[in-house]
Amino acid sequence: MSLLDEAIRSRIGTSLPPQRFEVTRSDLRKYAVATGQRQARYRDGDEAPLLFLFSALMPVLPLEELLEDGRQPDSTLLPELPLKRIMAGGSEYQVHRRIVAGDVLVLRQILADLYEKQGTEGPLIFLVFENRFETEAGEPVVTERLTRIAR
Amino acid sequence: MSDNTMPPVGQALPERRFTPGTVQLFLYNAAIWNPHRIHYDLPYTQQQEDHPALLVDGPLQGDWLTQLIYDWMGEGDELLAFGYSNRRAAYVGDELVARGEVSAVDGERITLALQVLNGQGRATTLGHATVRRAACR
Repeated sequence: MSLLDEAIRSRIGTSLPPQRFEVTRSDLRKYAVATGQRQARYRDGDEAPLLFLFSALMPVLPLEELLEDGRQPDSTLLPELPLKRIMAGGSEYQVHRRIVAGDVLVLRQILADLYEKQGTEGPLIFLVFENRFETEAGEPVVTERLTRIAR
Repeated sequence: MSDNTMPPVGQALPERRFTPGTVQLFLYNAAIWNPHRIHYDLPYTQQQEDHPALLVDGPLQGDWLTQLIYDWMGEGDELLAFGYSNRRAAYVGDELVARGEVSAVDGERITLALQVLNGQGRATTLGHATVRRAACR
C-alpha cells in the first residue's frame, strides 16, 4: 500500500512566492572566509561560489519563530507525511552562468516530485524540490534539484 | 591549476585536507544563517540528538568539493554541473580529506568524481561535476 495518498500527491507542482535577493560583496567575503576558500575571485567577493546559494534558502525569521532545536520551521511546500524524520538527500545543480557581486536574483521554489522506495530499514519517501535561481528578467542562472528523504 | 589541455581519465585532482573546528563551524553557520543547534550547542547535540560531537554541515562539505574543482580549473574553464550527497555524519575535529579524479572526457567536457573521506577512509560525502574546458571552445 502506498504511503503517498492523493492528498499528498496533489502537492506536487506547488510553489512558493518568488523570493528576490541581492548578492553582496560583504556576504561573499564572509562566506569565502568561513569555507576556507583559496581562490582570490571568491575571497575578494567578486564572484559567488556555487554553494553560496544554499544561504539563499535559509529564511530570516524572528527568534520566537525558531524551533526548539534552533531550526527555522520547515518549508510550507513540505506536505504532512506519514514518515516524520526528514534527512538531507543531496543536490544537483545546473549552472547557466556565473554569479557576481551586485547580482539581484529571484529564487523560485517548486515541489517537483514525491516518490517512495523501500529502504533496507523500511520505507522511504523522497521529496524533490526544484530551486530556480534567475535574473529579474527571468534568465536562468542556476537550477538546483534538492532531494530530502523522509523515513 | 590546470594547463587547459584535456586530462586523461583517472587523473587525480590535487587533494585538500580539512579539520573543521568550532570557529569555522560558527562562521559558516552565521554566513548561511543556519541556527540549527547541532552545529554549535554541544550539550544539546549529545543529550538530545545522540551525536558524539558537533556536526559538520553537509553543504559545507559540498562547498569543499567545489573548491577542489575551482582550485583545479584553468583560466576560462566553466563549471557546468555539480551534484553531491551526504552519506554519513562528519564531526568537529575529524580529519577530512577531499579528493577527486577525472572519470570521463567527452569533447570539451570533463566529468569528475569527487568525495570527502573521514579518518577511517569512509566517504562522508560523494559528488560529481562537469567542467567545460576553455581551450576546446
